[in-house]
Amino acid sequence: MSKKTSKVIEVDAIVVKFAGDSGDGMQLSGSQFSDTSAFAGNDLSTFPDYPSEIRAPQGTVAGVSGFQLHIGHKEIDTPGDLADVLVAMNPAALKANMKWVKSGATIIIDIDNFDNKYYKKAGYIEDPLGDGTLDGYNVVKAPISQLSKSSVKDLGVDSKSAERTKNQFALGILYWLFNKDLKFGEEFIENKFGSKKPLLAEANKRVLRAGYNYAETVEALHTTYQINPIKNRKGRFRNITGNIATAWGLMAAAERAGMELFLGSYPITPASEILQELSNMKHFRVKTFQAEDEIAGINAAIGASFAGDFAVTSTSGPGLALKGEAIGLAVITELPLVIIDVQRGGPATGLPTKLEQADLMQALYGRNGESPCVVIAASTPANCFHYAFMAGKITLEHMTPVILLTDGYLANGSELWNIPVIKNMPEINPPFVEDNTEYQPYERNKDNLARYWALPGQEGLRHRIGGLEKEDITGNVSHNPLNHERMVHLREEKVQKVADVIPEIKVSGEESGDLLVVGWGGTYGALVSAVKDMQEEGKKVSLAQFNYIKPLPKNTAEVFGRFKKIIVCELNMGQFVNYLRMNLPEFDYLQYNKIQGLPFMISELKEKINKILEG
Amino acid sequence: MLEEIKTKQLNTTKADYKSDQVVKWCAGCGDFAILSAVQSALVESNVRKEDVVFVSGIGCSSRFPYYMNTYGFHGLHGRGAAIASGIKVANPKLDVWHITGDGDSMAIGGNHFIHLVRRNIDMNVILFNNKIYGLTKGQYSPTTPRGSITKTSPDGTIENPFKPGELTMGAQGSFFARVVDTEPKRMKEVFLEATKHRGTSMVEVLQNCVIFNNRIHSEITGKDVRDDHQIHLEHGKPMIFGKEKNKGLVLRASRLEVVTIGENGITEDDILVHDAQNPDDTTHYMLVRMTLPEYPVATGVIRFCEYNEPYDAELESQVERAIEKSEMKSVQELIETNSFIVD
Repeated sequence: MSKKTSKVIEVDAIVVKFAGDSGDGMQLSGSQFSDTSAFAGNDLSTFPDYPSEIRAPQGTVAGVSGFQLHIGHKEIDTPGDLADVLVAMNPAALKANMKWVKSGATIIIDIDNFDNKYYKKAGYIEDPLGDGTLDGYNVVKAPISQLSKSSVKDLGVDSKSAERTKNQFALGILYWLFNKDLKFGEEFIENKFGSKKPLLAEANKRVLRAGYNYAETVEALHTTYQINPIKNRKGRFRNITGNIATAWGLMAAAERAGMELFLGSYPITPASEILQELSNMKHFRVKTFQAEDEIAGINAAIGASFAGDFAVTSTSGPGLALKGEAIGLAVITELPLVIIDVQRGGPATGLPTKLEQADLMQALYGRNGESPCVVIAASTPANCFHYAFMAGKITLEHMTPVILLTDGYLANGSELWNIPVIKNMPEINPPFVEDNTEYQPYERNKDNLARYWALPGQEGLRHRIGGLEKEDITGNVSHNPLNHERMVHLREEKVQKVADVIPEIKVSGEESGDLLVVGWGGTYGALVSAVKDMQEEGKKVSLAQFNYIKPLPKNTAEVFGRFKKIIVCELNMGQFVNYLRMNLPEFDYLQYNKIQGLPFMISELKEKINKILEG
Repeated sequence: MLEEIKTKQLNTTKADYKSDQVVKWCAGCGDFAILSAVQSALVESNVRKEDVVFVSGIGCSSRFPYYMNTYGFHGLHGRGAAIASGIKVANPKLDVWHITGDGDSMAIGGNHFIHLVRRNIDMNVILFNNKIYGLTKGQYSPTTPRGSITKTSPDGTIENPFKPGELTMGAQGSFFARVVDTEPKRMKEVFLEATKHRGTSMVEVLQNCVIFNNRIHSEITGKDVRDDHQIHLEHGKPMIFGKEKNKGLVLRASRLEVVTIGENGITEDDILVHDAQNPDDTTHYMLVRMTLPEYPVATGVIRFCEYNEPYDAELESQVERAIEKSEMKSVQELIETNSFIVD
């Protein structure tokens, strides 16, 4: 793997975008290159961008599937605004992504697919290779399809499988371009196809190498790039997506509590992977129940919770709407339950594969009656693990349902994760009851107001609970007016008591200043990147990113009071800002909202923040 | 014999199953008899009272768990089946009973009903079928006979009613029984059969709503007509009914037919023998569909099959096998897969 002619330039960070037909293996290429970069010690953040149709018409813009990857020598917080390198497997992929690449970017195209037939499918009237569209870009026209096929010709793989290796050819070019060790790529292929399909493994490895050799040979690439390992970072790491981190965080909580995990769920984009991942965890006594609908999913989970499991249900926005009534049942029966909402664009079916902080109001208020839940939100793919764990701890110790909000961007995006030691994580001690003790189902712990939890099968603790209003202490059905008011207050107070155990909000940057940027959940990467940039420019801007939303951290008002202005940035019409206006009305809030199914771009945030600072 | 000894050891009485709550059904409601029969069945069923869980949805019948001194869960309208499923799957050692009505299980919970049956989760279901909405005061239900005049069908219903037995068969049910609320002994026997069956044991009780649909089942349950209008099926016994015990069922041209023994050369040997355990449900299907006036209404255990492991048991064995096969013992090992150390 010698570098004969090209020069190597060291860079801090690079953004690569893979784009092709939904069936071209772009998601796989992205994951493979992410893992390789992680093993090479780079920090990284990724985001897959795929259409909601499984296989939209081939060659059309609607069918383009993309995977964006930001790797760096320094800390990386977002998948990047614009790409330095675009791999476009066909004209549609080029067309869909031209506005997301930097000027002067390297664009690698599969020239075999750039013909009139594909131009027409992509909606190009003129040949984009000849009409000046690509002037100023470094375009590598590689015969990817043809060379992939010919390099596996003698292996005897069928033509369809041979065709499908072409993503590896494109990857091979990137391995060369970024001086990545092919060994990691080969290992990834081995793990993917394993011993079950040795022929396919061999074909893919061979094409990966062919791409690498091609890049080394052609003269189109004069320069390669080196992204050195990130410094001052020690420990055990891996690349992880938000959905997997969520599933594992729940498992860690179950293990820490000494309980079995039960997931009642119904498949829905972009949350299904949580159900899939946990379905493969029976060896940890994890039980998954793929229900007939969202409603049965949560009700089965409530049943499992009554029976003494750590119960969870997972969904996305439309599913949360269907679960509303049952969340109320968990509220009134005061049983532990974690509800995970991987948010997506709404209303109704909305934008299933696109990003929106769509459901904060729904999580807080989307139920009949006074129905308080703890609401928390993860803010990076990797910290989905931590917040899933904390959702478990809070629900099991406080006997109140917890809604954990993530989003499609966190769920499918990935980043490098510094793996924690689970036995050093907080203990989880649910308020179980000993057999044959004096038991009143609605007697409470004085400190956190959690009721005690007796399980079917235990001797001397038989009792009945349900969805009708409960009499304080005894849990008997009661229509008494004053009792109802008391119970409504108790359930709310119990949720507010959670503020005693959650951390205070910490700002990124100076403790006081001209402007406090406020965000919540998954916008952390973009907001922190924008704020850091502006701090480096000498501006007095800090960031407060909220993970605990109901209840709010105790020091929220104090922190807000130290800044001259507050702007709340959200990917919705202002759900959090209005929640803050209601809870902390003593402050004036500016707001910045984007509702395009897309994340914030760092550049647009900086522009907005600068305007405020100037004005 | 062994069972009797065990029962004695458990030493439960009917009083053990009565809760301290005042039973608030209308005077004369069929539910009282069902409650009593369930309590009697439990005394004989040889289960630990701590292991018994009653789960319900919403409706008059769904207040049932409050009146049982067992573990109990009063759920949401239609969702009892899903809640009960979660309980049983989480802890298969529990003896789970799901109490529901014709509105709860056939309308708002129809979807959960068929999927519960299809999954064959090991529990006993008692479906109180009074063919009317009682708790909401008299609207028609999915089992109300076509043409019935109710508060919401002043000109008669224009919907075809469901037969719970047909839905059970259509969802590949492994157990179906039907019984009337006026016969406590038979109710108790049928409930006991349900407890013996592994899988979803569906029992339809034809129950009388004294306020909103009084005498809806009287053509079946009335003392003067019941022997001629009901056929009580018992496994291994010929399908004979009637005051004179001279009527029976035969199969002719793929149809059931009522015949009279002693007429047209028919003898007892010609009468079908009830085989509740036949995995082929063709005959069971025909039996649950029988309606007056052409046929008597079938009661007793119509189907009792155990051709599949119940869902909960199957899942439990998948879990056991997975644990046996896996070398991974802690979540720490899992989260460290594909990881690397940076020094």
